[in-house]
Amino acid sequence: MILNDFFIFMKQELMLLFIIFLLLLIKVGKDRSNESLLYLINLLLLINVIAGFILPGEGSLFSDMFRTNPLIALEKNMLNIGTLIISMQSYSWLKSHKHLLEFYILMISTLLGMFYMISSGNLLMFYLGLELSSIPLAALVNFDLEKKASSEAAMKFILSSAFSSGLLLFGVSLIYGTTGSLAYAEITSHLSTDPLQIFAFVLFLAGFAFKISAVPFHFWTADVYEGAPVAITSYLSVISKGAVLFVFVSVLYTVFKPLADVWYGMLFVLSISTIIIGNLFAIRQDNFKRFLAFSSIAQVGFILVGISGSSSMGTAAVIYFVLIYIFSNLGAFGVVSIVSSLTGKERISDYKSFYKTNPFLSWILTIALFSLAGVPPAAGFFGKFFLLIAGAEKGNYLLISIAALNMIVSFYYYLRIVKSVFMEPNESPIESLTIPLISKVALYICLLGIVILGLWSVVYDYIFTLSPIF
Amino acid sequence: MNSSLYISLIPLLPLVTFVLLGLFGRKYFNSISGIIATFSLGFSCLLSISIAYQYFFHSERVNGVLQQIIPVKFTWLQFSPGLSIDMGIVLDPLSAMMLVVITFISLMVHIFSLGYMKGEARFATYYAFLSLFTFSMLGLVMSTNIFQMYMFWELVGVSSFLLIGYYFEKPSAVAAAKKAFIVTRFADLGFLIGILILSFHAQTLDFQTLITRLTDPQSAQYLSITAGSLLGVSMLTWGLVLVFIGGAGKSAMFPLHIWLPDAMEGPTPVSALIHAATMVVAGVYLVARLFPIFVFDSAALTVVTYVGAFSALLAAIIACTQTDIKRVLAYSTMSQIGFMMFALGVSGHGGEEGLGYMASMFHLFTHAFFKSLLFLGAGAVIHLVHSNEMIDMGGLRKHMPITHITFLIACLAISGIPPFAGFFSKEEILTAAFHANKVVFFIALFTSGLTAFYMFRLYFSIFWRGEVHLHGEHHGEGTLSMKIPLIILGVLALIAGFVPFSQLITSDGIALETHVDLLFSLTPVAMAVIGILIAIRLYKTENNRSDGVASAFGGFYHASYKKFYVDEVYLFITKKIIFNFIGRPVAWFDKNIIDELMNQSAAITAAVSENIKGLQSGKVQGYAMYFFWGILGLSALFIYLFN
Repeated sequence: MILNDFFIFMKQELMLLFIIFLLLLIKVGKDRSNESLLYLINLLLLINVIAGFILPGEGSLFSDMFRTNPLIALEKNMLNIGTLIISMQSYSWLKSHKHLLEFYILMISTLLGMFYMISSGNLLMFYLGLELSSIPLAALVNFDLEKKASSEAAMKFILSSAFSSGLLLFGVSLIYGTTGSLAYAEITSHLSTDPLQIFAFVLFLAGFAFKISAVPFHFWTADVYEGAPVAITSYLSVISKGAVLFVFVSVLYTVFKPLADVWYGMLFVLSISTIIIGNLFAIRQDNFKRFLAFSSIAQVGFILVGISGSSSMGTAAVIYFVLIYIFSNLGAFGVVSIVSSLTGKERISDYKSFYKTNPFLSWILTIALFSLAGVPPAAGFFGKFFLLIAGAEKGNYLLISIAALNMIVSFYYYLRIVKSVFMEPNESPIESLTIPLISKVALYICLLGIVILGLWSVVYDYIFTLSPIF
Repeated sequence: MNSSLYISLIPLLPLVTFVLLGLFGRKYFNSISGIIATFSLGFSCLLSISIAYQYFFHSERVNGVLQQIIPVKFTWLQFSPGLSIDMGIVLDPLSAMMLVVITFISLMVHIFSLGYMKGEARFATYYAFLSLFTFSMLGLVMSTNIFQMYMFWELVGVSSFLLIGYYFEKPSAVAAAKKAFIVTRFADLGFLIGILILSFHAQTLDFQTLITRLTDPQSAQYLSITAGSLLGVSMLTWGLVLVFIGGAGKSAMFPLHIWLPDAMEGPTPVSALIHAATMVVAGVYLVARLFPIFVFDSAALTVVTYVGAFSALLAAIIACTQTDIKRVLAYSTMSQIGFMMFALGVSGHGGEEGLGYMASMFHLFTHAFFKSLLFLGAGAVIHLVHSNEMIDMGGLRKHMPITHITFLIACLAISGIPPFAGFFSKEEILTAAFHANKVVFFIALFTSGLTAFYMFRLYFSIFWRGEVHLHGEHHGEGTLSMKIPLIILGVLALIAGFVPFSQLITSDGIALETHVDLLFSLTPVAMAVIGILIAIRLYKTENNRSDGVASAFGGFYHASYKKFYVDEVYLFITKKIIFNFIGRPVAWFDKNIIDELMNQSAAITAAVSENIKGLQSGKVQGYAMYFFWGILGLSALFIYLFN
């Protein structure tokens, strides 16, 4: 190993480490105002995003424990962008928070864990990354320190998380026992549809399914999303989920390729149940965060449809969708986050006549919801369309039809919110809010993403050229 | 033809207007935004007419066929080496005609709205939405490939949603807009799956290539799509039928028509634009676009035929029982579109066989003029009496002479009385149906009679029977800007039938010789006349119409009256049988069963959702248990399956 390689390949991780250490140093130093700190941190995150795009290398380190390529670098950049947007949107919440620095240190640590997970070339590395990305998250969920709901959510999160990692680790050990290795490259050649290996795979899959909240491993989602601070809810639903999905796609398509028939069937079951359950629950939610939790469960179901195509388009369609999903979901969450931090209102019924008092936020929310629902020409439509096309390549029209039918159901509940916002009368609507500039910029970025990603085909083309063909 | 710039301007002008008015209209130039939009669209309309004229009469024909021109085309998204989504503009007889129809009707509506919508607080928003709608409709007909069309198709849906829901203070308008949006979404879902099936097998999204590949029995794509089958029906038929479902949703064909009557909640000029001439014919246009493939698949074409014929009849029967004048017009539109659909269904490809296709397009063309005229006329009436109900009208001919005359022309045109426009096109449709399918022909014949009846029922109820009591001050017939479109459209409803249509748009592009067969026309015209006569008898005067006549003719009249029992029979048939035994039940069925079915499916979804909420108990141990069962279930299932 040449030292040079180390710096090039691990550039993005080193950047994060650098930021973490810098924040620790600031912590020991003299006190600064929260405002100036927030500007500094957002600036650092912005630099991090920009630096991430420079010179993506391709290669591996530590005897294939860690590897990277332009696609992996792109995935990490997407997560960087998402984190930056969330940070900007949380400005008004964090401004008055006592433990600002700890918040960022924990959040960036989880991001670091995700990066290692995405770059892993070995199950051990993968597991380390996964744990690094979940344990600090439990602390973050608890970050509304004075709220009981927040602590309850954290408790539920850490318990469920521990349970799922335990089973995942059990699966990993079974895989090790039956194949004799933990390195991806070697596992593949020893896999078959042996019952023990299928069982091991199911345990492994359940660990993923837990993280991306696929049904029936999703139960923690709603409670945790509801209790956690909005910033963390959006972080969980976008960044954490996105990272696991990236790993999921690549692991299924490469490491578990010999079990393709098995996981194809499992994804079929999981995607149908996930879409349907997610939608059914989303219909009747009144808490906005809970609503977004269930609607994001349904969105994951669509992603699973795309993955089950296991075609040349599968990887590209998933990554493209996640990218769009980052902007659309953060657009919606951003509005909820701002409203929640300034007024404390989190119910959908509070949003009646929202348009009269806050036209700007209403439009952002509407466009984001349209994109999530998949109404053309918002980007979300193209994302879903490609997922369906990728899924259709196996010719499974039943799955496609169910997915498409559920798209209609989802129109109903997204439209319902838009209707409340614009049309329903309300005696005490949310007052006219002054949005901090930095959060406004973040919302504009989301808006831009939603509009441009759909119409500007270069983005998809770029992802497609990077995606490996199986 | 170096016209790519001009032709691109046609859709771009409304788009620019939309952006301009949408962003700045309300703040800076609310009151003149109507003028801006009208001028911009006027220019667009002039361009369309001149381009269509150039194309039809001065472009080169190869073997007598007008060539398709694609002035603008670029690859927008490359899926895989073989499959790409293009964006482009196509100019062929079909799209050239649609361009003229859309821009022209839209222009008329723009002008009419200047007076009709005057004083609305959101005047600029209204024109912005109108422009957006026009843009998306133009984009739809100019699409070079099916995916591009789908996108504009959705955009048309969104913009019509905005227009129908324009009066968003009115809960009924909001509900109607939502209903229209959701019902057509269901249909669009069919369309999308249809596109996926067709493009998956044909490996292309381009209309031209799609048609070439799927109509060549030797091509690999054709073999692939006919080889696959589901439930005993080939994938080709599935694909086409699904695409047709999309069209049926937009065109309000049974049973996806339920949104149309409710959509009348929008401003009336909007109904003239959306529900008469443009959006509702999108489905017909779609089938016509893919017609060469439909011809190849008789099963799909049969579906088109019977859905069309049934919708035509059903809507005509329901129209007889409605008292809201806009609803009468809505059902009448549905009925006329049924005519266009089954005309396509009975058509073959090429030569005399293709008469139905030509007739359908001809009817689309003439219908656009007289139906938008009817809607605008109805708009003028509603503007005056502030009600949609027939009961609040009557004797209006004295108050609004221009509306009266133009409305009469439109009624004669839709009834198929020569020499008005509707006569020629309906004649061709009936001829085509007569040669291809006698059942459909008789349905159509009967429906024509009904059409004349309900249209004149409407006409007499508005303009003759009784005397309306207008409240103190009223603004007369409306502004000049409301009268001008009525006059122009009236003239066109009179003469549009003389356009040598069969020379211009036919199924295979070769000019077709058609002639009006006097003997054949006798029956449908007679049917229409009978329909009108019944309407005169029943609706021209309020009641006691026979009193004056009876006293003059004394016993003779009474004898003949009693002897022939003409009125009794008419009354019995229309009032008792049609109204009570057919019309009412059909209307009831429509309202309670079909509507209810849609409502129920929503209710069931909500109920299921309510019942499973117990799973989400909030207890972590419960969650862990489900988690565990999930793992065990999956393992057991797949270990069983794979060993």
